[in-house]
Amino acid sequence: MTDNTSPATSRAVDVVAAEPVGREIGRRLLITLGPILISLVLAGGVLVAVGVDPLAYYGLVVERGLLSPLGLQQTLTRMAPLLFIAAGLIVAFRAGMWNLGGDGQFLLGAVSAAASAPFLVQALPGWLALFAAFLIATAVAMVWSLVPALLRAYQGVNEIITTLMMSFLGVSLANVLVKLVFLDPGTTVPQTRTLAVADRLPRLFETTITSGLVFGLVAIVVVHLMMTRTAFGLRLRIVGANPRAAVHAGLDVPLLTVAVFAISAGLVGMGGAIDIIGIQGNVRADWNPAYGLAVIPVVFLARMNGFAAIGFVFLLSVLSIGGESAARRLGVPQHFTLVLISIVLITLAIAEYLDNRLNQARRA
Amino acid sequence: MLQPQQPAPPIIVLEGVTKRFPGIVANDRVDLAIRAGEVHVLLGENGAGKSTLIGMLSGLQQPDGGRILIDGKEIAIRSPSHALSLGIGTVFQHNMLVPTLTVAENLALGGPWWQRPKIAELSVRVAEIARPLGIEINLSAQVSELSLGEQQQVEIVRALLRDSRVLILDEATSMLTPQGAAELGALMRRLVERGLAVVFITHKLGEAADFGDRVSVLKLGRKVGDIAPERLGALGREALVDEIVTLMFGRQADGDAVSIPPRAANDDTLLEVRDLNVASVSDAPALEAISFKVGRGEILGIAGIDGNGQKQLAEALAGQLSASSGSVILAGERFDGLDVGGRRRKGLRYLTDDRLGEGTVGTFPVSINYFLKQIGDPPLWRSGMERTREIEGRARELTRQFDVRTPGVATPIGRLSGGNIQKVLIARELADGAQAVIFNKPTYGLDLANTLATRQRIRDIAGQGLAVLLISTDLEELLSMCHRIAVISQGRIVGTVENGEGAGERVGRLMIGLAA
Repeated sequence: MTDNTSPATSRAVDVVAAEPVGREIGRRLLITLGPILISLVLAGGVLVAVGVDPLAYYGLVVERGLLSPLGLQQTLTRMAPLLFIAAGLIVAFRAGMWNLGGDGQFLLGAVSAAASAPFLVQALPGWLALFAAFLIATAVAMVWSLVPALLRAYQGVNEIITTLMMSFLGVSLANVLVKLVFLDPGTTVPQTRTLAVADRLPRLFETTITSGLVFGLVAIVVVHLMMTRTAFGLRLRIVGANPRAAVHAGLDVPLLTVAVFAISAGLVGMGGAIDIIGIQGNVRADWNPAYGLAVIPVVFLARMNGFAAIGFVFLLSVLSIGGESAARRLGVPQHFTLVLISIVLITLAIAEYLDNRLNQARRA
Repeated sequence: MLQPQQPAPPIIVLEGVTKRFPGIVANDRVDLAIRAGEVHVLLGENGAGKSTLIGMLSGLQQPDGGRILIDGKEIAIRSPSHALSLGIGTVFQHNMLVPTLTVAENLALGGPWWQRPKIAELSVRVAEIARPLGIEINLSAQVSELSLGEQQQVEIVRALLRDSRVLILDEATSMLTPQGAAELGALMRRLVERGLAVVFITHKLGEAADFGDRVSVLKLGRKVGDIAPERLGALGREALVDEIVTLMFGRQADGDAVSIPPRAANDDTLLEVRDLNVASVSDAPALEAISFKVGRGEILGIAGIDGNGQKQLAEALAGQLSASSGSVILAGERFDGLDVGGRRRKGLRYLTDDRLGEGTVGTFPVSINYFLKQIGDPPLWRSGMERTREIEGRARELTRQFDVRTPGVATPIGRLSGGNIQKVLIARELADGAQAVIFNKPTYGLDLANTLATRQRIRDIAGQGLAVLLISTDLEELLSMCHRIAVISQGRIVGTVENGEGAGERVGRLMIGLAA
């Protein structure tokens, strides 16, 4: 006798067994922290090769960037412009647009703010003058992004190339403006008029930390919420994740593209403005801190999450402030900070790849 | 006339080969035997699974199920170079020669990198191979100066230089003139006479009948028929074409019963299209003077061989593609100048055939994918802010109502099967005031159960008084539920047939360019 009763057909055809949450978090931590440790060892190897004691270097970085009160204040101050840049990059990257023109946008924003603020403070109340300079810087950076934005939106020209090229132009243009147009006639050094310390953004409490840090934190949190909680942010993420689905769903992709570039460049320009009206007070000729390029890997490390980006920006600031001190003390070039961050990024990517392969092997 | 031949053992045997892609079964238990001395035609429409099958034979893809036997031994074809070493040479649809190099240089590519290419040796071998085949090859010519047909000959010779026993020609005639195609046919004949096996992939019936020794018909990933050489020789050309048409478009044993939903009492015209023209873009055909009407509760089928403007028609109606002239009228209201969102709000819905490519965002949760086309609209968004609880609540409701099998509404939709993704799309398009629904190949890539469920869903929609435009390349599907079937060919409606006795044959004849 054959048994004709078939087993009850499972309704849950697609159900994938959910992994235990605790193990998932543990795995995440492992594939994030493990590579960072490995990177420190690898970078240490580089230091040994150039004849520097890695432990002394790392110790000095941590000491100067994090543990000493003055160093910590410098670190937190450095975060202010970096947070704006990170916010700008998050908007663009989440929408699938690779704005690599941060340096040009940053410097043009900085020069606009530096050129306008000293005049504005003479005519307007202090806070309004700074706000106006801030807006001018934002607007200039936005306009600067129009060329790559329009090319990408209506001609499909790859924005990686155009933003990079525009960045070279922007950096040079900012320099030319400082040397020829906005030159401070009162000094022999080519630089813009200096905004008096009293006119700059107030410092926080009794420290040297700029209040720009607060604005930076607000900016990145607002951007994060915009991207994750609003209809506008969702539209941008759809354009980033599947542009054809965006067209199918009736989104105006070219318009959104231009908006993304404007917001992204605007935020980066704000970073430039904050650096001037809060910290530097003027722009010297040939000044280019190249924050834009340094923040790109940070945003990737944070997986374009605003809150995670705050943590990684802090780390970057510690490394760069500490690295600057260590550079002076141990003769390690300042750019070693970037070497370290790049090693971290590459080992993280390799860890991610191995993790994926392992997962696939386990499922197969 | 036909010599009774000793059946040689096949070189390649496919047993129950299955290949799945996310959401789609591209090849479903396909059996095939490829023999020396035969031109084996693989016939099927776009999306029938021909390219996937070739991909597996040429080592580009690995099957998910079944076995491939070469000379009777089971072998996994790991890579294109492995396929070549097994004697399987492939000439792909799109030219794989380097246009800036000479023919000789192209033929020498892939040799050992530490040696200078031995052009003199090469030319002797090429002459050996090409002369008996009647091919003239100028080794010093630059590839970009050759015609497409000549380039193809170079590719064939390249495959033969590697001692191929099986030569796969993927859509080889698609770029050729009719004369070039005839020459290729003669060349294939000479190749099989010299003991090669040729696999010739095409979607053109005539070529299958003219060039083939054996014809296998693929349809929606399954092999639905096979005409052996003896039978092929016995049939006249016309009878052969007829038989192939039946195989390609005819009814299958596992098809569902014909059930045409009754028309509503009020069957006025709901959707009307007048003189719609769309300019041609790159490889997509233009639409010319498309006009039709769909009444309340009516299902109008659009039949045709794939790539004759079906997608353009659907996109032009939905507003994704701008029409150069003509109008779309829904319930008496003209849609001129309305964008995608506007048309959707008025009740015109478009269910795309490209479920993962444009219908959904694979990495986003199921819940968001339900509402991709109404982002920002209340009540799920309030002044632009997402209301997560409302969205998930509504998503769960739809999941239940449309029987979507998903671990949860937060699951990325790309992890779901094709049938369940389709249910999400149906739920999305039917929501909130749909009046007319355009379905583009709604059952493409679905398994049988989901195919039948989707068809029933379409009948129910019409039963509720909505106008349905059903675009399908599956004639059987159209015959099983449409009231009328219009046939599209090269961007024009070439005829409309009332569904009923003999409709299938008339539509089939219109599809291949004969009068109904």
